[in-house]
Order: sequence, then structure tokens, then C-alpha cells
Amino acid sequence: MEQFLQQLASGLANGAIYACVALALVMIYVSTDHINFAQGEMAMFSTYISWQLMSWGLSFWVAFILAVAISFVFGVLIERIILRPLHNAPLLSVVVVFIGLLAICNSVAGAIWSYLIKEYPSPFPKSSFGIAGVIGPHQLGVVLVTLIVLSLLFVFFRFTPLGLAMRAAAQNPQMARLVGVRVDWMLALGWGLAAAVGAVAGIMVAHIVYLDPNMMGGILLYAFASALVGGIGNPGGAVVGGFIVGVLENMVAFTGNQIEKATGVYIIGNGEKLTVALIIVIFVLTVKPAGLFGRVVVKRV
Amino acid sequence: MPAFPKKWLIALIALAVIVPLLQPLLPNLVSDYRLFLVSTMMIAAIAVLGLNLLTGFNGQISLGHSAFYAVGAYTAAILMDKLNMPYWATLPIAAVVCFVVGYLFGLPALKLEGHYLALATFALALAVPQILKYKWLEDLTGGVQGIVLSKPEAPFGIPLSEDQWLYYYILAVMVILYWAASNMLNSRSGRAMMAIRDYHIAADTMGIDTALYKTVTFGISAAYTGIAGALSASAIAFVAPDSFNFFLSIKFLIGLVVGGVGSLSGSIVGGIFYVLVDNSAQALSTFVKNDLGLPFDLSAYTVFGILLILLMYLMPMGIVGGVYILFRRLQRAGRGGSTAAPAAVSQSRPAEAGKSH
Repeated sequence: MEQFLQQLASGLANGAIYACVALALVMIYVSTDHINFAQGEMAMFSTYISWQLMSWGLSFWVAFILAVAISFVFGVLIERIILRPLHNAPLLSVVVVFIGLLAICNSVAGAIWSYLIKEYPSPFPKSSFGIAGVIGPHQLGVVLVTLIVLSLLFVFFRFTPLGLAMRAAAQNPQMARLVGVRVDWMLALGWGLAAAVGAVAGIMVAHIVYLDPNMMGGILLYAFASALVGGIGNPGGAVVGGFIVGVLENMVAFTGNQIEKATGVYIIGNGEKLTVALIIVIFVLTVKPAGLFGRVVVKRV
Repeated sequence: MPAFPKKWLIALIALAVIVPLLQPLLPNLVSDYRLFLVSTMMIAAIAVLGLNLLTGFNGQISLGHSAFYAVGAYTAAILMDKLNMPYWATLPIAAVVCFVVGYLFGLPALKLEGHYLALATFALALAVPQILKYKWLEDLTGGVQGIVLSKPEAPFGIPLSEDQWLYYYILAVMVILYWAASNMLNSRSGRAMMAIRDYHIAADTMGIDTALYKTVTFGISAAYTGIAGALSASAIAFVAPDSFNFFLSIKFLIGLVVGGVGSLSGSIVGGIFYVLVDNSAQALSTFVKNDLGLPFDLSAYTVFGILLILLMYLMPMGIVGGVYILFRRLQRAGRGGSTAAPAAVSQSRPAEAGKSH
């Protein structure tokens, strides 16, 4: 039972990370209809920036805030410089540009900071944090930080004029423009926010998966699965999907372990994590493309 | 995209056949290593050709062709390793296996459009190295260690070195596959494939069985890339799961984009290009460090990434298409600019199909 609770807790912690990245993906998808394949690598890059700041002597939280701010600026710049000229380009061009971004982020990070795996500190105090035997201090911290970030975002989008303008720009660009919203800048802001949320996820997960240029590959895949489970056009759904997928992932591995213990037959374990994500992605896409909370889009021909 | 003049094609093939025979005369210029390099370029060209059939001519985006390459390579390697099959006999089997795998993946892909297909194939590419390491397959695939094979040797006592023989073998396969692809694209089926790419619903209304064409194209495309994988297994004489990661898919993509989306001859150029860049990465890196004075290594993927983005702006038809357009412009300027040459226009008939994307 205790083992089960532990797995559940670590599933929730992973789920929090997936929820963040999935939310970043959804934010870009809702406003521009593009799936950002470079989201994971951008988050990885932000994490390296925070690592660099820390190695220059800044404390964790200062580095955290600075890295998130820098990522925000980077996100805005990427939208303004690289994606803006492609507004009416065919889909393949956009996908190719995202893959190009992915390759650049990955290889430049490798070039600057090398491909050696680095340890990444956890900011949460070891004692007096977490519940002994169930949830570790870092896991609990991750869940808390994510929840804070998510609620801040919710408040921003729900209760501020800027948030309202951004939602308007995403939902109906023409009308928004007519009432005086600067749609172009709203899209760029959305990109900045997505990059910032991704940075939070990267920095939080780096202690668990260690820091290296390929650390986000699997996480991005799980974030895709989360966004799809929740319905890719639905931010709330992405968050719920993140937690569902995080728990599901750990439960699959846990069940696999139990089966192996009971019968001695290996079926599935930690080595098949990405395969599980692949199955989730294909299953959701073919069986229920709208996800749990998404709207079914009917196209008029 | 321009149809490549047949005379040139035959001349090129003749050149490709003759040059290695000059090895005794020019041992430094035509070294075994260079022949091997050209062989890997031809393998890359076949893989890019496969991706182009699907993405360029049928409009289905795939980021997961490294998966089919892996299936082809592993099929060939397992057949050679476990059943002691000769290397040439593994090729058709690998093609059939990859066709079936591609066809099966094409079935759910039917319901996915655009982004979602890119997403699903992206997931496939990420998952494949893990699937290859799956414990139950370990007996077959050799797990993380992979499978070590031996290089093919020239049969019947033909006095060719291993690398020379490999070169001719791969050249023959590539010429046959290229010929088959170009015939297919010029047939009724090829036109149907392109019609689906250009306007799916219209193609459907015209009575084209879009589901059948899309899945079969997926299968054929996978088979092409799988054959390339099988060839690479015998050329490198080694397969390991981590060499079939997502970055391999990025290489195919760069080959596709550089050569030109929807251009057969461009696929060859694209394949040659990515192997060249990949192989000169070390030289590139020292150039950046010593000559430009930058404090870090420049890897091939930085170049690939920058090129992917730049080409989308500057030459969306790829380098082959871009050069062709430049050439046409120069030609027109030379003639006074007013009269477009009818002969040149009639040759570029397939260009209309390529332009729309």
C-alpha cells in the first residue's frame, strides 16, 4: 500500500511537470494553431540558463526568476523574428521551422555546456518538508510550485484586461483587431508566456532527470500525450491531462513491476515509458481526437 | 519541379559506373574511403526519396521515418545474423516488412491530418530506440549492444574490393528504385497521389480511393526508407538501437527540404548534402573555433537547424528548385526577357504540381 501511495505521489509530481509543458503547448496551439515541437528543447535551454546563473553565484530562486524572465523574452523574440513571416505559410514549412528550432536549441546547448550529464540542485529543504514514506520534499515542492504557477496564469487570463485581450486575440483575431487589440503582440506575448511556463517545468524536473541537452525529449512526448488527453484546445484540460498521464505512467510501470514480482514474467517497466506515451498518443488521436474536454471541430467544406 | 533530362541522367549513371574503375590510375582521388562515403550518400538518398514520396508527393508529413529505417536495418541484420541469409536476399524481405509496417501505421494515420500526423510520427520516432531495447526482443535485436555483421564481399571472384562492390551494389539498387519511383509518379497512381496532396476533397470527389492511396503510399514510402536501412546495415555492418533516434529523422527532413519537397532528383541531392555536412562536422567545428574564434563547437545539427529555417524563407522549393528557378530567370534575361521558351516550358510540366506546396 505504501508503495502504491509512493508511486501515486511521484506520478502526481511528474504529472505537474507534464501539465506545465502541456499548458505551454496548448497556449501556442490555441492562439496560432501550431504544435510547437521545440517546446521541450526551449525549456531545456532555459534550465541551462538557470544553471549557468547559479554557477555564477546567484541563489536558486533568483536564478529561477531570471531564467524564467529571460525565457519569456526569448519566446517573444522567436515569435516576432522567426514565426511572424510564416503566418500564411503551408503547414510543412511551419513544422520544418519548429524542427529546425529544436535542432538548434539542442546542439547549441550541447556546444556551450557539453553533453555531459550534470546534477541539478533541489531548492526544497530536505527535512520538515514532505510526508515521510509517501512523498519526498522535492516532489511535494514541484507540485506546489506548479500549482502556484498555474493559478497565477489562471488569475492572469481570467481577471486582467491583458489576459482578456490575449484570449480574445486567440479566439477571434479579426474581431479582436476591430476592437483595438493588438493581435500580433498578443501572439508574441502568448509565446513568451509559453516559453516561461516551459522554463518552470524544465527547472523543476532537472533535479529528477538530471541536466543534459536531451532531458526533455521524453517529457515533451508525455506533455503531448497530456495535451491530447485533455483536449488540445483546452488549457484546463491540458492540466488535468498532465496529472492523469503522470499517474497513469507510474501506475503502468508499477503494475508491470508487481506482475513481474508475482509471476516472474516481465511485460512492461520503466524501459517502456516512451512506448506507453506513443500508445497513448495514437490511441487518443484515433479513438477520441477531441480528448476528454476538447470541442469537436466540424469543418465546413 | 523540373523533370531531369534523360540524357543527363544516363550520362550521370555512366559516370558513376566508370569512376570507381579509375582507382588504379588515381588511387588518391578515388580512395576506398571516398567510395564508401558515396555509398552512404546513396543510401541517404534512397531514404530521403522514400520520405519525399510520402511528404512531397502525397502531402502526409512524417517526422518518424527513422522508425522505418530502423525496421529495415534490423530486419536485414536479424536475417543475416540468425538465419545466415546472404545480404542481397534480405533486401526484398526488409522491403516487404517495412511496407507492412508502414501500411499498418498508415491506417490510424488516415484519421490524422497535418499537425496530428506530424505529432504521431514524432512520437513514433522517439519511441523506436526504446522499443528496440525491449526485453522480449533482446534475443533477436541484441538489446543495447546491437548486432555486429560482416561486410558483403564481391561474388564470383570479381576482382573488386569490399568498398567497390558495396558501391556498385548500392548504386544498382538506387537506380532501380529511382526508376521505379519516377515511373510510378508519371502513372495514373502517381497523379492520384499528387491530387490527394493538392486537394484532398476534390480528389475524393473525382473517384480516387483516397484511403487506399494514402495507406499504400505510406507503405511504399516506408519500404523505400526501409530498403535504405537494410543497405546501411550491410554497409556499416552494425546496427544499434540508439543510432535510430529522432535526429536521424531530422537528417531525412533536412535532405527533403534541401533537395526540394516533391522533387525526385532533389532527393538525391538532399541525401548527398546531409551526409556531406554530417561528415564535415569536425572540420566545421575546428573552422569555427580557430578561424572565427568562437569558444564552442559547432555541431552538424546547428547547421541543419539554421538551414531548415533559412531554406523555408529563401528557397521553399529546395536548393534544386531554387537553382532551377534562378537558371530559368537567367535564361529568360539572356533572351531579352519577353518570350518564354516553349521547349523549356513543356519540359517542366510536373512543375505545376510541385508549386502549389
